[in-house]
Amino acid sequence: MFSKILIANRGEIACRVISTARKMGIKTVAIFSEADKFSKHVQLADEAIYIGQSQSNMSYLNSDAIINAVKKSKSEAIHPGYGFLSENADFVEALNELGIQFIGPSKEAISIMGDKIESKKLADKAKVSTVPGFIGEVKDVKHAQEIAESIGYPVMIKASAGGGGKGMRVAKSSSEVKENLERARSEAQSSFGDDRIFIEKLIEQPRHIEIQILADNFGNIIHLGERECSIQRRHQKVIEEAPSPFLDESLRESMGSKAKDLARAVNYTSAGTVEFIVDNHKNFYFLEMNTRLQVEHPVTELITGVDIVEQMIRVAFGEKMKLTQDNVTFSGSAIECRAYAEDPLRGFVPSIGRLIKYQEPKKSNQIRVDSGVLEGAEISRFYDPMIAKVISFGESREIAIELMSDALDSFIIRGIRNNIGFMRDILSKESFKEGNYSTDFISNTWPDGYANNTDDEKLKNLAISIGAYVQCKFRERGRENHSKNMVCFLNKNQEKISYKFFKDTCNISIDNHSYQVISEWIPGQILFECSINGEPFSAQVDLLDEGHRIILKGIEYNLFFRSQIVSDLTKFMPRKEEPDLSKYLISPMPGLLLRIDVKEGDAVRTGDSLVVIDAMKMENILIADKDCIVKSILKQENQPLMTDDVIIEFD
Amino acid sequence: MNYLNNRATLLTGLFQGIKMSEENENLDNLKVRINSALKGGGDQRIDKQHEKGKLTARERLVVLLDEGSFEEFDMFVEHRETEFGMDKSKIPGDGVVTGYGKINGRLVFVFSQDFTVFGGSLSETHAEKICKVMDQAMSVGAPLIGINDSGGARIQEGVASLGGYANVFQKTVLASGVVPQISLIMGPCAGGAVYAPAMTDFIFMVNKTSHMFVTGPDVVKTVTHEEVSHEELGGAKTHTSKSSVADLAFDDDIQTLIQARRLMDFLPQNNKEFVEYRDTEDKEDRIEQSLENLVPHDSTKPYDILELINKVVDESDFFELQKDFAKNIVIGFGRFGGFSVGIVANQPMVLAGCLDIDASKKAARFVRFCDCFNIPIITFVDVPGFMPGTDQEYGGIIKHGAKLLFAYGEATVPKITCIVRKAYGGAYDVMASKHLRGDINYAWPSAEIAVMGPKGAVEIIFRNEAKDIKKIADLTEDYRKKFANPFIAASRGFIDDIILPRDTRKKIIGAINMLKDKKLNNPWKKHDNIPL
Repeated sequence: MFSKILIANRGEIACRVISTARKMGIKTVAIFSEADKFSKHVQLADEAIYIGQSQSNMSYLNSDAIINAVKKSKSEAIHPGYGFLSENADFVEALNELGIQFIGPSKEAISIMGDKIESKKLADKAKVSTVPGFIGEVKDVKHAQEIAESIGYPVMIKASAGGGGKGMRVAKSSSEVKENLERARSEAQSSFGDDRIFIEKLIEQPRHIEIQILADNFGNIIHLGERECSIQRRHQKVIEEAPSPFLDESLRESMGSKAKDLARAVNYTSAGTVEFIVDNHKNFYFLEMNTRLQVEHPVTELITGVDIVEQMIRVAFGEKMKLTQDNVTFSGSAIECRAYAEDPLRGFVPSIGRLIKYQEPKKSNQIRVDSGVLEGAEISRFYDPMIAKVISFGESREIAIELMSDALDSFIIRGIRNNIGFMRDILSKESFKEGNYSTDFISNTWPDGYANNTDDEKLKNLAISIGAYVQCKFRERGRENHSKNMVCFLNKNQEKISYKFFKDTCNISIDNHSYQVISEWIPGQILFECSINGEPFSAQVDLLDEGHRIILKGIEYNLFFRSQIVSDLTKFMPRKEEPDLSKYLISPMPGLLLRIDVKEGDAVRTGDSLVVIDAMKMENILIADKDCIVKSILKQENQPLMTDDVIIEFD
Repeated sequence: MNYLNNRATLLTGLFQGIKMSEENENLDNLKVRINSALKGGGDQRIDKQHEKGKLTARERLVVLLDEGSFEEFDMFVEHRETEFGMDKSKIPGDGVVTGYGKINGRLVFVFSQDFTVFGGSLSETHAEKICKVMDQAMSVGAPLIGINDSGGARIQEGVASLGGYANVFQKTVLASGVVPQISLIMGPCAGGAVYAPAMTDFIFMVNKTSHMFVTGPDVVKTVTHEEVSHEELGGAKTHTSKSSVADLAFDDDIQTLIQARRLMDFLPQNNKEFVEYRDTEDKEDRIEQSLENLVPHDSTKPYDILELINKVVDESDFFELQKDFAKNIVIGFGRFGGFSVGIVANQPMVLAGCLDIDASKKAARFVRFCDCFNIPIITFVDVPGFMPGTDQEYGGIIKHGAKLLFAYGEATVPKITCIVRKAYGGAYDVMASKHLRGDINYAWPSAEIAVMGPKGAVEIIFRNEAKDIKKIADLTEDYRKKFANPFIAASRGFIDDIILPRDTRKKIIGAINMLKDKKLNNPWKKHDNIPL
């Protein structure tokens, strides 16, 4: 076996690879950029080598620097993780020339599968069906419109070199084809340095299901079943699971064997993933093959018991796979949730900053947490905003969901906006619980964008009960004689409650319902573990100027309590007017103002593009949400923006 | 219970069990007078007050004080003016409600001006009522809270009213440093009236409905031809961010009153007592691992000192004062292991945490308050020095910077200092250094205690080699290694201990406990001569 390998990556995946390597007795070398000097992966590895400035093209994408690090550390092989150089054929070739083993597939497989057009041609040859579309490069707008007409709308415009939702645009009409073609091109150019574009039919109500493949150098190819990755926002996966609630044994078998056929067609070795799109009639079409370890690989590991990274390392070393298709067995159900530094309430724009508080859920043999950060870490603008992955495993899907729900309830992240509450809310949705969803799940569930909905009466009462317990805990200290009644203020509503507090127990009655909250909570703690009427709950509590923010099942309740008499006086208080934000275009995220599409005095129509902001390597187009006139432009192109900066003022 | 019901309850409660008969004329009369006093300026004016989003004087006391704890003085006091037909217009109470009550069980004295009665204007008798509660507060040693909502002097009374103001001023001065005095500005407060609150310890204002100025917009226009609105001239935002007259502002009356209750929890009853110890379940030895990487490795990078404060105080409960003014220094109250403390901290996020005129004044007054009232002072230091520039020099940074130095130097309460990063030059001395009788001075390993930053120092010491950039860089690195650390200061005993950031809470609580019974007296003097 290798004695030392270098991990050409950062964050959670670097930590993940290090842990398997360590288990196998292999020494590990981490690489790090300026921004990552003190990161978790650097601390975990046996050695760490500095490779350059924070920008990825000067560090994690800098193959020369990485190769130097390999030489310097005398590593025998490189594990590329995902992203960065993991699917870069030139990099693999450079390693091959130096006799350094790349832990992944051959450069030929990477280059064919890395090209969406080439890979489709190959799929056709291997008799794997693909989404109806135009196989070849789109020349210009007219060409694109012709293709779109011939396939039939809606169509998807995609970057040939794309992935992760970048350079992907839907067009529902010929004018949208024109508009989105340019955007997709420029995004493709800036993200991948390759502006080739192709067009295919948009499958509606699709599910995104992928097959995990493992292959060795001796022609053995097996599949490890599927992963369902349909819960996506901005075409990026958020929640994945295995097995898919949609597949039956025969469909699994036929998708698995098609995936193997395709892998065989490129003489595939190592781990890889064949992505399919599945329509509601269970027709499946080949989408692309990812020639690397996937972010969501842990769900497969949990239901098969196979350590995919270990298999990759063994295959790369030249071992023959001991696993055969027959001894791959599936048991139980696994779910993965990806914690992102982003704001679900603002269209999932990235959030950066320091993890002032960071406490992962308790790990067990049913809860796995893959992360690359520690409390106090900085989430920088340089890299992917993923913070951690939580993976749950249960004998059944219901149990896995329940375990995941509990895990997310106790996952504490402060200092940056994040999607923990959002994911927790998804887990409560009936359609998710039933497994009845498609990639449109998020936009169907929240057509106007995700919102913190505090309407559910039952949940609201539980949150108020927790709030009341917290309030009592504080009141206990004052020597005031309190009346046994309080009024809870939540949003614009008021709720009369009565309570009795003794030691660790608070009996609360709200609107003829009684709740008994028992907890050993201590003021100052964020995590609030309690039982309410005998049922266990984990909530989170933050101190506000008056009252508390209670986060329960992913929903935030900002509430405070006043005595009856003070509450009666509250009606005289002026209602605070929300500032009229409709007159301003406000930057929803930190980034660079790439382009301004309007001039002062312009009359703008709903849907017109106003500005383009570059953030986290994505071009974010801000469009007008109503007809208006541009009064003044307060920022210039190429100016850096902070969240909430005013860019344009309207009349 | 609305306002009217409240009043009715009060009345029925008062007369419960007393049999009313025709002979009982005095009781009847009492009932009428109470009713009249409770009504203040009458229903119409009360409605008007509510329309403005303001509570009445009595309603404010209901919110401020523990339920049912208010005991009123002088409900039947009336003014003595006879000119301008004033003898025909009398309202019992004369525009101010006074008395005592409790806040979380602790005694406080209060006065609350009633805008519905003669616009809350101050008459001789109105002033006498205020002076009476002030005297009481002084004699029993309890805090005084004044709620200001007054149009100004009772013009009909002329100089008698002015005399009234002066009496209040004089009492405020004498009470200063004896009992905590808090002013809540909840309406107009103009002209001479501003000086009574100005001399109290803390001022809270209400956004949009409260104003303070010496001369109003009309006079300003006549005299200086400046056009300025009430809000711009003397609104809460102006006074919390520009003038620093007010400490905090809140959105409405109730929020302001509730926050005043919160502030009271951190204060003692008087200058002879300590703040009440409050039991906490927050562990004294709580480790905060993330503080280890709070200070960025690049010493030019900022970080938020509030994170440090919030992570070390009990239950993350820090009551920040003057948060919109001189943001380069943070002041406020918190608790360590149940003991109330005043916290002063440089804020590297703003002006790199430099001390300038505003920051010095802000912190100096706070330090003096804490010293008056036996509140230990915890200082977190990350200061690159005093702010340079003509603005500062012409503005008198020498004199104003000296205020902070003076305040720390004269303070005899326990002083615990933790140098987090930079402590350069004179600013090092100022920020509660060992040399200013700091009791316990800690430093984090990231501390840099030196005359100035390495670059500046090298440029002076090696002035002649300034052109050799490479050499200067090397020398700077040498200087950094030699001096940008806490070890030299520690070797001289200027630092008592170098502590790990994660242990900060534990160490501070240990020091506070050790210093509990500290006794230190300054030499006898009539009073000092702080550079005002």
